[in-house]
This record gives sequence, C-alpha cells and structure tokens, in this order.
Amino acid sequence: MKPWPAVCPSNCSVRPLAPSPAQLAAWLQSQHTELSTFTHCNLAPSGRGAAPLIQHPASKHAYVAHHQRTEVTRVLGCHSCCRIDMFSKGTKRKFSDDGDEISDESLAGAQVSSSYSLQRQSLLDMSLIKLQLCHMLVEPNLCRSVLIANTVRQIQEEMTHDGTWQVVTETFCGGSQSPSERLVATEVLCRSREQDAEPKLFSVLSYEGCREEEVVTDETLCSVSVSDTASDVCLSESARHCWERDEFVEVDRDDEACESSRLGPGDDDDDDDNDDDEVDEEEESSRVDPKTMGQVFGTFEIKNSAPGPDSALEELFSDVDASYYDLDTMLTGIQSAPKMGPYDLLDSLAPSHGPPSIGSPSNCRSDLNELDHIMEIIVGS
Amino acid sequence: MGMCVLDSAESVFCRADIISTVEFNYSGELLATGDKGGRVVIFQREQESKNRPLSRGEYNVYSTFQSHEPEFDYLKSLEIEEKINKIRWLPQQNAAHFLLSTNDKTIKLWKISERDKRAEGYNLKDEDGRLRDPFRITTLRVPVLMPMDLMVEASPRRIFANAHTYHINSISVNSDHETYLSADDLRINLWHLEITDRSFNIVDIKPANMEELTEVITAAECHPHQCNVFVYSSSKGTIRLCDMRAAALCDRHSKFFEEPEDPSSRSFFSEIISSISDVKFSHSGRYMMTRDYLSVKVWDLNMENRPVETYQVHEYLRSKLCSLYENDCIFDKFECCWNGSDSAIMTGSYNNFFRMFDRNTRRDITLEASRENSKPRAMLKPRKVCTGGKRKKDEISVDSLDFNKKILHTAWHPKENVIAVAATNNLYIFQDKIN
Repeated sequence: MKPWPAVCPSNCSVRPLAPSPAQLAAWLQSQHTELSTFTHCNLAPSGRGAAPLIQHPASKHAYVAHHQRTEVTRVLGCHSCCRIDMFSKGTKRKFSDDGDEISDESLAGAQVSSSYSLQRQSLLDMSLIKLQLCHMLVEPNLCRSVLIANTVRQIQEEMTHDGTWQVVTETFCGGSQSPSERLVATEVLCRSREQDAEPKLFSVLSYEGCREEEVVTDETLCSVSVSDTASDVCLSESARHCWERDEFVEVDRDDEACESSRLGPGDDDDDDDNDDDEVDEEEESSRVDPKTMGQVFGTFEIKNSAPGPDSALEELFSDVDASYYDLDTMLTGIQSAPKMGPYDLLDSLAPSHGPPSIGSPSNCRSDLNELDHIMEIIVGS
Repeated sequence: MGMCVLDSAESVFCRADIISTVEFNYSGELLATGDKGGRVVIFQREQESKNRPLSRGEYNVYSTFQSHEPEFDYLKSLEIEEKINKIRWLPQQNAAHFLLSTNDKTIKLWKISERDKRAEGYNLKDEDGRLRDPFRITTLRVPVLMPMDLMVEASPRRIFANAHTYHINSISVNSDHETYLSADDLRINLWHLEITDRSFNIVDIKPANMEELTEVITAAECHPHQCNVFVYSSSKGTIRLCDMRAAALCDRHSKFFEEPEDPSSRSFFSEIISSISDVKFSHSGRYMMTRDYLSVKVWDLNMENRPVETYQVHEYLRSKLCSLYENDCIFDKFECCWNGSDSAIMTGSYNNFFRMFDRNTRRDITLEASRENSKPRAMLKPRKVCTGGKRKKDEISVDSLDFNKKILHTAWHPKENVIAVAATNNLYIFQDKIN
C-alpha cells in the first residue's frame, strides 16, 4: 500500500460545503432516528483499502461510498482535509475516481449517512471555533466553554462509534508545504511521512482526562484504529505533565489569592483513591485486543501511558510557554501574555495537546520543531 | 396585567446601561437594578396620597450609585468586569436599607440611608463651611437640626473580596440574617456579614484535573426558612440540596434532583438546553423552581426523581437549536420568579416577551415589554407566537422573533401583583389594574 502522500494529489474531487445551520438543525432533528438503523459507511479516499467516494449520478453534491460492513475503523480521508480546509480556506481536495459500482439500496442510505456526517462535522467545527474564540481581555465564560466542550466530546464519541472519527492532528499534506501556506497548527502536528520511518504518535482531542493512551500508527497505514471502547481518546503524557505543572502553579496562586479557608477534613484522599481505581479499570477495559482490526489495517499498537517524558524533547520545549497548552488556560482564559499568532490556533484546535514532544524523537521532528521555534519568534515579536 | 407605570429608558443605547439584575426588597417598597456599568439604581414606591390618586404605586428613582468599578487582574492579565451580576436585599432592621451587590469577583454590602435633617449653627465653622477663627468665638451655641431636602446616601460598609477564582453567579442571604452564600462556577462560599477577611468553602466541585471538568455550578440559593439548607444547580440539569449540619464540606448532597432524560428527544444540544440557569425556592419553602433553556420546572423538595410541574416557555425554539447555538443564544441565562403567594411564576423569553404561568388554573400568558406596544396605564395585550402553518393576525412567527431582545431578568413584588421586567436597557414595571 502506498503511504499517505505528502501532498494531496490534485485529482481529488471537491467536497461540498457544509450546510447552513438551519439545514443542519433540520437534518439532525429529522434524521437522528433513521441513523440508528443505518450501517456504517466508509468515507475514504481511494487506495486506502476502503471504498472510494464517487459522485452520485443523480446529485452533484452527494458523495457516496461503497456499502461495506466493517469493524470499527478510523479512516483518514479527505474528510479531515476538508475540515482543515475550512480553516485554511482555500485548498481543495479531490478524490480519485475509481468508479466502483455500488448498489442502489445502499446509495440512499449512504447519502443519508454522508449528509448527517457532514452536518455533524459542521457542528463539530462550529464548536471548535467557539472554543477557539477566547476573549483576550475578559475571562471567557466557563459554563459556556464547558458546555461546548461537552458537545464536542459527544460528537466525538458518536463519530468514534460510527467509525468516522478522524484524528484531528492527522497529517495530511502539510509536510512539504511551507508554513505560510498552511496553518502552523497543522504544520506542527503533522509528521512528514517520507522521512520518518518510526511509528508516529498522535494525540487525540480528549476530555476523558483520567485515562491516557497514545495511539500509534504505522507509517504505511495512514489510518488509526482505536479500540471500540475508546471514547476515551486521550492526552499525551508530556502534555499532561505540562498541565499538572501549570495546575500546580495555579493552585499556588489560588492559595495566595484566596482568603477562604475550608473547614473540616478534606475529601481529597477519598477522591484520589477513587480516581486511581477508575483509571485502573478504564485502562484494563481499554486494552482491547484489536487483532481483527490489526489484520485489516496492518500493524498498530495501543500503548498505554508510559511514564517518563522524553527529556531531549522537553529540553527543546522548555522555553515554550506551557500555559498555552493548559486546558485550564483555555477554559478560564488564564494567559500570561495574550497574543494573536499561529499558536493560538494551535492550542485552540487541539487544546489538549501539549507541545508536540510526543513519542520518539526523529530528525524530521526536530526540524519541524526548530521551524516552529523560529516561527514563534518571528510571529511572537 | 395592568399598566406600564415606569420607563427608565434612554434614547441612546449604551452598553453600560444594560440591566443585569432586578430585585425587590422584602417589603416591596424598594426595587433595585444593577447594570453592566457597575451602577445600582434603586426605585422607591410612592406612598398613596389623596392629592395624587393616580400615582398610587409608582416607582421613582430613589438612589443611584456606582457599586463596582472595572478592575484589572494583573496576575492573569485579564479585566474584571464591573457588571453587577446579582443584588440581594437584607431584611430591614433599622431605618437604613442594606443590600449585597456582586460582580464577577467581589461582593459589597451597601448601606442606603436617608438624611433629611441637617445640623446648623456650628461653633467652629460658618454656614458655608469656612472655618471660624477660634479666637473670635465669644459664645457657644448648640447646633440645631433643621429639615433639609431628602438626601439618600449609599455607602459601602463591607467589601468581601478575593474569595472566588471563578465568576460569581449567585449570592443568597440566609434566613438567619447573619450569613450569606456566594457561588461561582466551581465553588460555594459561606460568609458572615460582619467578617470580610475570611469565608468558609462549603462546596467545591473543581476536579483535580481540569481536563475532567464537565459540570459547573450555575446557581445557588439558601432555603427561605431553614438556615442549614441550600441548593445549587448545575450545567447538567441537576439540583443538589445540601444540609450544612451534615458536614462542614457539602460536596455530598442530601438530595439530588434530576429528571430522567427523554430518549426520544435526545440531540447534540440536549445537555446544553438542560443546563439550569436559575433556581428559586418558593416563599413557602416547600417547592423550588428551576429554569432551563426551554422550560420552567417546579420541584417538590420531597420528590427527587422528577418535577411536579413543567411549563414550556418557548417550545417553538426546539427546532431552531442549531441556529441558537451558532449565535450563542442557547447559552442565555434566563431567570424566573415566584409571586408572593407562590400561585404564579414568571420568566422571560425573546422578542421582549415574558411569560406568566398560573399554577392553579394552568393558564399561561405571554406579554411583551416594549415601548411601542404599551402606553402608560394601558392594558397589555397578550401575545402569541405562531409555530407553523398559517399565521393569524397579531401572531408573530418564530422566524421574525428578535433574539437580541431578550428578557433575562424579572422580579415580582413580594406581596402585590407588581412586576418588574428588564428588557435590555429598559426597565418596565407593570401592575394589576384594580378597578
């Protein structure tokens, strides 16, 4: 199988634009019950082992895929490209047209699915944009942020179950393009496939913070498979350390700033115990043996959180303002120096991501990191 | 309902004039409003007099003062808004009136007192205030109190600061009249009115790891009679009743109120519209009312698994949730209130509509608070929103509702049928027309 191309081929077909909110609302409300009886439908570019999307003969705006029953899959497709398209506003993708034949009855079903998916995707994008727009002057409304984040997670979970969840940080084409053409966010998160032979690590947008997994993909795959119980997508270890560090700092600040005193014995001990138990249970349940999926998609592993951050990478990022990647920062607007720059989009697109010091170091990663460093200096000044 | 009595509108729309809270005092004689600019305006009801029979019950401006100023948090490089989030009156104990007003971070206790006498005939200074030369004074006189024009002074008596990391959304005076609670997104503190340098934290739902945060506190209130009981509502549509006698830290609730979700109406917006924006105990203390985005629910404190009454405020918005999510209206926090006898409840909606529900007759009415549609002393006309199909005359279709005109804050006189409705920067006071 060919590796995911560093640059998207120019023969991809154009995706339709996301529908308007009114349409979305109508769709989501009316189609919701129908979807429960709907079988999974792959949305994938050609050559990925899944069916290509071809243009529906009757309608210009419908892209349907071959009706196929599969296990839970995560397919990286132009779907995520399209989403980034919305942010970068310009680059169009096209699917190659293999012209597979599809049956009539699956056509309508697939049409419904792709519309619902599109609209759900649109809702997800809207939610992510809302989370991004932090008011720089005044602290953002925590209640609103939490509700939007919960909505994002809900969509995520459903997409995970449907098998259409695209890893937000997945690399698609950014490798050889200059940062100015793409969002720096995607640039940083992208891993250039040609150069790196080692399995890559992806942090996925997460809200189930108590469990940590790093999803590793084989470079040749371009697809990420996560266990079925993985509504669990998680944060990278080093990122978590950053937050913990920041959280600690914040607690200090709290103690200084707050003059309130708590009476009575704290329930902290009990809470910690419960948390540990919970984490253990979830870790066990998440170790689903994905043999079947492995056979379909090649080798991949799910690595449980291994302590021990990568010191070399941490050194590289020691001067990065970790508060940017603090979820608390995002939610409560605590930022040491509000500045608009590409990194705003970075931590807002994927607020759970720590500095991209994930996984094993590689030459290309350090190159990218240096590039980011330089970009930060240039833009930050 | 009867007449539009008072209109404090200004012709130029100023952001700082947006009313952010409305509250009657215990007797109903005073009505306080807070606005986005940090000001508090207090209205006083005119006493009935034979000279002006028509002016019965008019509210006129009694006092205006700047309660909070904008601040800057240097630690976080963020502004602290001066917007008054809540005002709560204290029960009157002497000639002066006391109220608590709060912005996002600081609560202040204000004393509003009248001065209608002035001392004249000082020995050391002249009438115009200039100091007299002590050597010129040959006789001593006793100053005499002379009547003067009424002056209302507001002075800050206590400032309760630095106790909240997150934004304060509620304050509530306890029935013991000595303590009060303040709630922010993640914590609730208990204060003593006399002590400003410390407060007790009684609820803390902040998770150890902020990434696990999925629920925040949206409102809290003390029980009107039992000084050990309070409730707080959450963004997930749950209400927890806590007893302060059970433990010093009330993280464990005594009662947990939640209505099971209707699986057929589940959508991506279910959680957002279930978020409770206001909770109010009935005057009797037996019931409480919660407001979520589309409905008002009355709960019996003895029944936790579902509300005893549910009233749909604007069900026609259910099909518009995605648009309302996009323009952020879905996050609007509407308040609700009881009338004095707990027989009726009122809450606001969009297009300057507000709704009143009679709990006994199960009838409801929609009224509009706008200058075009209500002249002083004119009867308000009931409004109706057309949900689909043919629009009748005088009906308004859902698509022509103005979502910028929202009535978030309403208040009901504790004893009479007088209501105060805040429509953006205008305050409307309506009362029952008695023949």
